[in-house]
Amino acid sequence: MDAIETALPTQQLEAIKGVKKIPLEEFFTSGHRTCQGCESALVMKLMVKAAGPRTIVLGSTGCMYVANTTYYSTSWVVPWMHTQLGSSGSAGLGTAAALKVLMRKGKMKEEPINVIAFCGDGGGADMGLSAISAALTHPQYNFLILLYDNESYANTDIQLSGLTPYGAHTTFSPPGKAKRILHTRWKKNVAGMLAAGHPECRYVATVCASYAVDMMNRVRKALTIGGPTFIHSIDPCPKGWDFDPMLSHELGELAVETGVWPLYEVENGVLKLYGRTKQIAEKRARRKPVREFLLKQGRFAHFTEDDFDYFQAKVDEMWNRWLIPGVIPFHTELERDQPPA
Amino acid sequence: MARAVEQVAAPQKETDALISGSEAIAVACKLADVDVITAYPIRPYDTVMQYVAKLVANGELDCEYIVAESEHSQFEIVKHACAAGARVFCGSSGVGWMYAFEALTVTPALRIPMVAMVGNRALDDPGAFGVEHNDALAVRDLGWQLVWVDTAQEALDTALIAYRVAEDRRVFLPCAIACDGAFLTHSQAQVKIPPQQWVNAFLPPYNRGDLLLHPDNPITVAPQVNEDWLMEIRKHNDEAMKRAKTVIKEAYADFARIFGRDYGNPFFEEYQTDDADVVLVGMGTLSMPVKVAIRRMRQEGKKVGLVRLRWFRPFAAEELAATLGRFNAVGVIDRDFSFGSPYTSGVLATEIRAALYPAEKRPPVLGFICGLGGREVTVPDVQRMTDVLLSAAAGKAQPLTTWVGIRE
Ligand SMILES: Cc1ncc(C[n+]2csc(CCOP(=O)(O)OP(=O)(O)O)c2C)c(N)n1
Ligand code: SF4
Repeated sequence: MDAIETALPTQQLEAIKGVKKIPLEEFFTSGHRTCQGCESALVMKLMVKAAGPRTIVLGSTGCMYVANTTYYSTSWVVPWMHTQLGSSGSAGLGTAAALKVLMRKGKMKEEPINVIAFCGDGGGADMGLSAISAALTHPQYNFLILLYDNESYANTDIQLSGLTPYGAHTTFSPPGKAKRILHTRWKKNVAGMLAAGHPECRYVATVCASYAVDMMNRVRKALTIGGPTFIHSIDPCPKGWDFDPMLSHELGELAVETGVWPLYEVENGVLKLYGRTKQIAEKRARRKPVREFLLKQGRFAHFTEDDFDYFQAKVDEMWNRWLIPGVIPFHTELERDQPPA
Repeated sequence: MARAVEQVAAPQKETDALISGSEAIAVACKLADVDVITAYPIRPYDTVMQYVAKLVANGELDCEYIVAESEHSQFEIVKHACAAGARVFCGSSGVGWMYAFEALTVTPALRIPMVAMVGNRALDDPGAFGVEHNDALAVRDLGWQLVWVDTAQEALDTALIAYRVAEDRRVFLPCAIACDGAFLTHSQAQVKIPPQQWVNAFLPPYNRGDLLLHPDNPITVAPQVNEDWLMEIRKHNDEAMKRAKTVIKEAYADFARIFGRDYGNPFFEEYQTDDADVVLVGMGTLSMPVKVAIRRMRQEGKKVGLVRLRWFRPFAAEELAATLGRFNAVGVIDRDFSFGSPYTSGVLATEIRAALYPAEKRPPVLGFICGLGGREVTVPDVQRMTDVLLSAAAGKAQPLTTWVGIRE
């Protein structure tokens, strides 16, 4: 039998040990017009800082396109290209395939080049999901897909996406006289779904830029492991979530501390919780009430006690009854039902 | 199937093969050393990918061959691969072409010189498989070059010419090769396959130059543009499309020199037009029934000729006007229809009318709609159209558009 085609060698990016060891060079610099306190912009900056200069970045339509690459001004020091709203998977795949074949045929100098394709939650979890899923089935190409999740279609004026939390006030889900809660769907479990459904994908992680070193190291790990990889970051958005930009980092931390956003990585099929999430799971830290997170955001201002309770109950269910909190949504009873080995 | 490929290897001399239009294009991909190819099934386009897949499986075509999960992804994958310096190929048909439409719109705007095949197919619903031209014509206004081919030989040659023109720095616009579903894509014919050396002499390697997306060239591609620059960008595209006409002429001249196959006027073929009184105009595989009918009608003393358009974009308006102005009536055969259009006709008839408007001599233009959904265009159909044309030429009023071969 023919050997399965393998990917090109990747860059070996070492983990950054502590905040003082973070590289100084910036590859995402001035020229952008994101809102004050935009965590998605911080994700861009940390992502490419971690990746370094031999990197190609591709970005799907959304805030991180429109606000960062206005004609005749660009915040990107590395090569950057726009891709369609539903095409981050295809963009990563196509670029990686080109690099591979051109190097193999000797039409381009051989060297490991990072390819990162990013998408927002709208582009990534809704219309782009099929292309991302398809892309993650191609183990012979090296590229990372990073989903920056500000929990709305932010660029088009804050409409709800498949990743908008239950009940949030968006321009497509305003509270009204007849219906206080217009958006009754629960957020999709994108990273878990992609990790579970793509056995050839060797690295999937969730991150939060409030923990910058951790976040950058997850990017480095993904790029070093190679093949198609996926990272999902939670990005507080002062405009969409309606909070004082001063609180951006704090809100990211609260998302983790309340257990709403579990931090985990799946490396070669092995799942690990990390950071504060791990501490919570090991009962070394207390899971804060979700109310502390929700109350700081105007998009939940219409919530009643019942809504807070419902939200808390859903998060509790994830932590108490899921096989792995935030990752594998099967109830633990199933485990007990299994026949002895 | 391997026969075509083995024969390619013979040096310095063309070899004969009995292959379909789709296989001819797959052979052209091999000869052009295409780097990245994407596939997604839809009839009739998918036949080209079946041949490509076989070439890849046999190790005769060295490319990244990616089976995508949709047409949209198919076109986006090659768009990005092409931006990163790879020569690429893909395509689709009918509703698949439409599913990719967003990706089709951005490709010329980004000056991506990809070559695609559109295996013409009627649009759903109803789920028809047969040929119609509306799918390809939908890119009419987007900046794609669009060329219709008639035979498997022309398909192979045109694919090589398409890469040469698209990748010329003066153009850098994508090119779609329209092939009539079934009649061309699936029908076998004798094809001369050129040796690799000739193709190498004709087609230089793809060089994206300072537009290459690479860490050595850290550019930002497709930044978001507002009203302050968009018109200039559109104008640049227009200028590139105009320059394409010159580059197409050069490419055909070089092709004739290297391959010894001279297509004459690259933009359209003329058949028995020298002394013709009236002329039929059409695109694609119409020429077989039309030429047979013309030969018969000539014996009856009816002086009719054919102009078969190859390049629809860029549209050779001046050349066409000069040619068509010679006749007493022009009948345009459309394998498409534009509902509610100014001329209540097909797309080509409207375009021909527009091309003739500034001309000094403007013969009447009559539209004929026929062969929709893969219905055969028959010799009697062509004779009927000619009779309508001849009576228009004799000054008798005729309907602007006639549906031919339809149940009354
Ligand atoms: C096919 C398509 N549909 C709709 C749009 C309009 N559009 C532009 S940006 C955008 C929002 C994208 O949201 P998301 O992916 O969540 O990124 P964000 O704006 O939040 O950064 C939309 C819907 C588009 N560009 N393309
Ligand atoms: S709307 Fe949100 S995501 Fe968009 S730039 Fe502002 S803060 Fe960032």
